[in-house]
Amino acid sequence: MNSKIRKVLAAVFFTLVTLLFLDFTGTLHAWFGWMAKIQFLPALLALNVGVVALLVVLTLVMGRIYCSVICPLGVFQDIAGWLGKKAKKHRYTYSKPLTWLRYAMLGLFVIALVAGVGSLVALLAPYSAWGRIVSNLFSPLYLWGNNLLAHFAEQAESYTFYSADVWIKGGATLLVAIFTFVILGVLAWRNGRTYCNTICPVGTVLGFLARFSWLKPVIDTSKCNSCGLCARNCKAACIDSKTHSIDYSRCVVCLDCIDTCKKGAIRYVHRAKSADSAQAPKVDEGRRAFMTATAIATATGLVKAQEKKLDGGLATIEDKQIPERTTPILPPGALSARNFHQHCTACQLCVQVCPNQVLRPSTGLMNLMQPEASYERGYCRPECTKCSEVCPAGAIRPIDRAEKSSIQVGHAVWIEQNCVVNTDGVSCGNCERHCPTGAIQMVPKDASNPRSLKIPVIDTERCIGCGACENLCPSRPFSAIYVEGHEVHRTL
Amino acid sequence: MDKTENNGLDRRGFLKTLGAGIAASASLYGCSSEKKTAYGDPAVSDKAIGEMTYRESLTGDKVSLLGYGCMRWPMTKDENGKDIVDQERVNELVDYAIEHGVNYFDTAPVYLQGQSEKATGIALKRHPRDKFFIATKLSNFSNSSFENSKKMYEQSFKEMQVDYIDYYLLHSIGGGGVPSFRQRFVDNGIIDFLVKEREAGRIRNLGWSYHGDKETFLYVLDMDVKWDFVQIQMNYADWKTNDAEFLYRELEKRNIPVVIMEPLLGGRLAKLSDHLVGRLKQRRPDLSVASWAFRFAGHFPRVLTSLSGMTYKEHLIDNLKTYSPIEYLTDEELEFLEETAQLMLKYPTIPCNDCKYCMPCPYGIDIPAVLLHYNKCVNEGNVPKDRQDPKYREARQAFLVGYDRSVPKLRQASHCIGCNQCMQHCPQRINIPRQLHRIDEFVEKLKQDTL
Repeated sequence: MNSKIRKVLAAVFFTLVTLLFLDFTGTLHAWFGWMAKIQFLPALLALNVGVVALLVVLTLVMGRIYCSVICPLGVFQDIAGWLGKKAKKHRYTYSKPLTWLRYAMLGLFVIALVAGVGSLVALLAPYSAWGRIVSNLFSPLYLWGNNLLAHFAEQAESYTFYSADVWIKGGATLLVAIFTFVILGVLAWRNGRTYCNTICPVGTVLGFLARFSWLKPVIDTSKCNSCGLCARNCKAACIDSKTHSIDYSRCVVCLDCIDTCKKGAIRYVHRAKSADSAQAPKVDEGRRAFMTATAIATATGLVKAQEKKLDGGLATIEDKQIPERTTPILPPGALSARNFHQHCTACQLCVQVCPNQVLRPSTGLMNLMQPEASYERGYCRPECTKCSEVCPAGAIRPIDRAEKSSIQVGHAVWIEQNCVVNTDGVSCGNCERHCPTGAIQMVPKDASNPRSLKIPVIDTERCIGCGACENLCPSRPFSAIYVEGHEVHRTL
Repeated sequence: MDKTENNGLDRRGFLKTLGAGIAASASLYGCSSEKKTAYGDPAVSDKAIGEMTYRESLTGDKVSLLGYGCMRWPMTKDENGKDIVDQERVNELVDYAIEHGVNYFDTAPVYLQGQSEKATGIALKRHPRDKFFIATKLSNFSNSSFENSKKMYEQSFKEMQVDYIDYYLLHSIGGGGVPSFRQRFVDNGIIDFLVKEREAGRIRNLGWSYHGDKETFLYVLDMDVKWDFVQIQMNYADWKTNDAEFLYRELEKRNIPVVIMEPLLGGRLAKLSDHLVGRLKQRRPDLSVASWAFRFAGHFPRVLTSLSGMTYKEHLIDNLKTYSPIEYLTDEELEFLEETAQLMLKYPTIPCNDCKYCMPCPYGIDIPAVLLHYNKCVNEGNVPKDRQDPKYREARQAFLVGYDRSVPKLRQASHCIGCNQCMQHCPQRINIPRQLHRIDEFVEKLKQDTL
């Protein structure tokens, strides 16, 4: 293991995990969905014992390699730090550990987790923080790029690319993403892994284990001339060159110190072994530069979104507004509000893959940024189980199409005074026509006159709360039929 | 210029020694360029346009066989984003048409959201009044009182800046049968008024356009009014399968000139399925697909003019070539077109001509766009029967992606509530809600993969 291998692995993981949040077609998830599922916190919340055990063993053998390779937020900070190092070389210094802060933050995190304050859990979860940054800041650029390709494809009569809507799914989440991005970016640019070694609960837990890891970077005092170069290049600020000691709870095993040391005094070995002289491989700066350049190019390759022209002979369509729901709607597979809020780390992966624009981060204080469903832009289509396939945290359990068609996440409610049968005096029945479970039937408005206009009646026992009726109801801005969520989902 | 294929092949042989397929394709390219004629694509060149064919009306007008339908003028957006007629392009098209002998212009007060008469008038005002014949209609659909109808008639003069109208039509007779006809034109006394206007010389020819059943057709034809012309829908697809032949023969019997509308079925006879395009092109590679339909329409001697709503100059040039002068169909070609019509029945397109009479749908659906997308997919073979169809995956992608491109989601068939308000407006008598629901069901099956 050397820093070169570490960088290549990190680049691969980082790129693919990021792409998971960008790929709205869902093709990538079939191949690399596991990369989200091996993230520590989601795996822990999903009670994915195998993955957690594997990560614990990995840390006990190799140290916090997880933080340098698997965690996308960690790699993001490395990229920011690398840019910082370009501006000013040897910019880091050793600092004393803020152990009290680390354990206080971990304590707070555990309390939030147990108390069910999902918003705080989500805020501190590292992988999810990256998910929010990608889905809120980079995804629009990606989509605009895609839409440009779709535009060209349309010109060429090709159906390979299709355009996707870009819309702000949640204002608060967008703000959180911007702040996280700016604050972490600046911190990493100036001081490297400050966040990972003070705030991040995963960093604290793995740091505790890493103290006992089998392999570690070890300073050979016989070769060390105490030049301090390693300490000034340590992004974790964990090398105390004066005492020749390394704080392994903070070391993220980037192995940069090995490359920096001109005397070859640092080696990544089992501590008991003595150091022998081996040449440290040269860092392939070129490759790293290429990776970063590619990332930046993708981010800046933004294009203007196209708008669809409307013919003048078309009636204007008012946008639908979100009705006031007593209970929020959660996607099928969530089991219950309780299960969902306990597991979700608000990484936004489900929001990103939802092809029907149903899922978006909630604005409620307790569960800020955790997704919820609403049907003004689309409805939970019968053939789609995307969110349940991608969720790494067990908040949305995997379900198949057959199961989905029988999971009741809510039930439809008819609002008499909004229905076009009453307001416009026309026959309709669009809700009944699109109900996938046949829960709606049309009955004559006037019981004594079988030829009178028909109104919908709902059999709530058969309704699954998919929202087809709400979305396709002609009444605007408020539908005449809407879905109330259920706290506990039922299988009919 | 007398280089032959052989020379090309020789050179290919030579180039081959230099290597690989690039050289081969280059030599083929060289071959074709040597064969090119002096000017570019003959389809868009006006050099092949000869003398226009003219037909004579009862009043002695020499009318060009190609008539300009003013229902599809090019549109643009004004500063508020509203659709308006692109007057500059209209002027260019009108100038070009008149220059090449077209002299019949057919409009109506309701076309293009009410903008057609005025735009047509502006363009024609720039030409001497004796150079063109103007046709417009009494479109008293929503309010057929005498006062309102008379007002509409008088407004047409103002809009088009003329003091007489050459051809005046009772617009779209037939929908609603005889009672509706009597209510719109007879009981309110407007027909007597129009006959007097004809005597006064402000209407030179009085006639009607027709979409409906045979009974109403014969009723109006044989009523106590002398009709100078009648406008019917006629084309090779409708000839036998619909009533077109019957209508034409009845008019021929009575020696009434026939104006043809929809000779191209709103463009549908220009956009045939690949198989049919191949069939027509194989027979006459030099002729456009559309020209067959125009030759058919102009083939019959009692036809006065055949209307075409030409939005693009390329269409105008192509039609001018077809009719300048017309090359009459041989008996064998007539039979060939009848066979083509029979083959067309195998492609179950919806007979929408994109006339937009049904619009705007009060619930925001873009009805013609949905129907045209469906027809396009039928013709391109992208409407799979079931999942066993060997092209299923491709066709599904093409249908669904193309659907979202052609029609914004909120204007798609899934939003049709079946209020039936559009039905009475369709001159093709399509059961629009039923068709939209059928298409929506098909889309659902594609999306759910349960076809």
